[in-house]
Amino acid sequence: MRTRVLLFAALREAAGTRELQLELPAGASVQRLKDEVAAAHPVLARLLVNAAVALNEEYVPGDRSIHDGDTVALIPPVSGGQHDL
Amino acid sequence: MIYEITSDPIDAAALVAAAQTDEAGAVSVFHGVVRNHNLGRRVLYLEYDAYPPMAERKMREIAAEVRTRWPVTGIAMRHRVGRLEIGEPSVIIAVASPHRADAIEACHYAIDRLKAIVPVWKKEVFAGGEEWLEGTAIDPESAQAMADKFPSATP
Repeated sequence: MRTRVLLFAALREAAGTRELQLELPAGASVQRLKDEVAAAHPVLARLLVNAAVALNEEYVPGDRSIHDGDTVALIPPVSGGQHDL
Repeated sequence: MIYEITSDPIDAAALVAAAQTDEAGAVSVFHGVVRNHNLGRRVLYLEYDAYPPMAERKMREIAAEVRTRWPVTGIAMRHRVGRLEIGEPSVIIAVASPHRADAIEACHYAIDRLKAIVPVWKKEVFAGGEEWLEGTAIDPESAQAMADKFPSATP
């Protein structure tokens, strides 16, 4: 299945685009998607380590399955949570 | 109620008006503003990115969490994206409640939650370079982890 992957912040800048298209087997896991993105775009690999994944605008764990038509977003650590906040 | 990502300048008056009701005796407002230094560097400006539909959904979720913990009568949140200069507000939250202690505590909770789970990012442009600042990585399993920080709010 053709899967649309949204990129933000450092991932977007490193990739030079806001969106990737990826071919995945139906029902592939979120972790599989991250691995495939890292393999296809090595420049993103380091940033993907700490990135969470949102499926249809909801955070999901790595073992969640992706289905045709799902919107996937790679979410780098958000801007809060720093020691000085 | 307002739960919004916008590229336009934001100001508190609109959010106070949106949150306030006749039952409210207090409206607590949090302003996040761009400061001129960070990590020992002189900051020139910030650039914010967001995933707007998800960010707005997460803001609504935070408002629902607040309502289960405090007797608030109104909540409004707005976060700005794009280039922001020193001193400009990046985020404003207004929480109204019959009494001030609840309004203040609920507003504190809302901004801490927003910083933890709302998909918004900032790039710092400083004298000599630029960097996307990384907060804490999101753990999808720990959506309720904040409750411990606010023991008085636990039912």
